[in-house]
Amino acid sequence: MNETPSATRRQMLAAAGGLGLALIVRPAQAQLQANPVALNAAIRKVTGGAKLNKGRVHLDVPPLSENGNTVALGVSVDSPMTATDYVKAIHVFSEKNPQPNIVSVRLGPRAGKAGITTRMRLADTQTITAVAELSDGSFWTETGHVIITLGACLEDVI
Amino acid sequence: MARALINVPAKARKGDVIEIKTLISHVMESGFRRTQTGEAIPRDIVTLFTCSYNGEEIFAAQLYPAISANPFVTFHTVATESGTFEFKWTGDNGFAATETAKIVVE
Repeated sequence: MNETPSATRRQMLAAAGGLGLALIVRPAQAQLQANPVALNAAIRKVTGGAKLNKGRVHLDVPPLSENGNTVALGVSVDSPMTATDYVKAIHVFSEKNPQPNIVSVRLGPRAGKAGITTRMRLADTQTITAVAELSDGSFWTETGHVIITLGACLEDVI
Repeated sequence: MARALINVPAKARKGDVIEIKTLISHVMESGFRRTQTGEAIPRDIVTLFTCSYNGEEIFAAQLYPAISANPFVTFHTVATESGTFEFKWTGDNGFAATETAKIVVE
C-alpha cells in the first residue's frame, strides 16, 4: 500500500487547522495590544511632530516585575524649574498595553522639582517611553525596559 | 465617598520643595477585562486628578486604564505660604472626591 497520499492528507488537514486557528487568534491579539504604530501616533499627538531629544529625562522602572498589575513608575526631569525654564508636562507611554497612554501630568514652575511617581499596569514585557515637554517647546525622551512575569489583564477572570 | 490618603508635611520653611503623596481607593476597572461568560466589564476609572494650593492649580494628572487600582501619585511643590491644598479626583460614572490638607509655612 502506498503511504504517501494519506500522509499528504494529514498534512493538509493540519495545515488547514493551523490556518483556521491563526485566523481566530490574530484579531483577538490585535485588539488587545497597542502596536508601535499606535504608540508613535500617541507620541505624535503630544509632540505635534516636533523633534524628540534623548536625555534629561530619568525613567525609574524596575527591570523585572512579577506582577503586571502594580509596577512602580518614577519619572524625573533635569530642569531648574524657574518661571522662565520649567517642565510643562510629562507623558508616559506603553508599547504593548491595549492603549498606548499610561499617564500625562501637567506641571508648572511652582512644582519646584519635576519628579513624579505612580503605579502602573503592564500587559506584557515591554519598553516604556517617557516624554517631557519643556517651557521652551522642546521635547525630551527616555525609555526603560520592564520584564513582566505575570501580565495585567490576563489573570483573575471574574 | 472614596477613602483618600494624603501625606503633606505639616510644617515647612518658605522656599522648600516638599513632596506630596496621594492615594485614593478606587477599583480602576480597565474596561479590557471580561467575565467568565465573555461579557466585557465596562470601564470605571479615575480620569483626572488635580491639586491646587490656595486656589491655584499646581498639578494635574490625566489617568488612563494603565494606572493601577487605588491610584497612588506623588509630586512636588514649593512651599510658598501657609494655607490649604485641595485635592480633586474625577472619573467615570460621575465619580468625584475631594480632600484637603493644611500646611504651615514659616
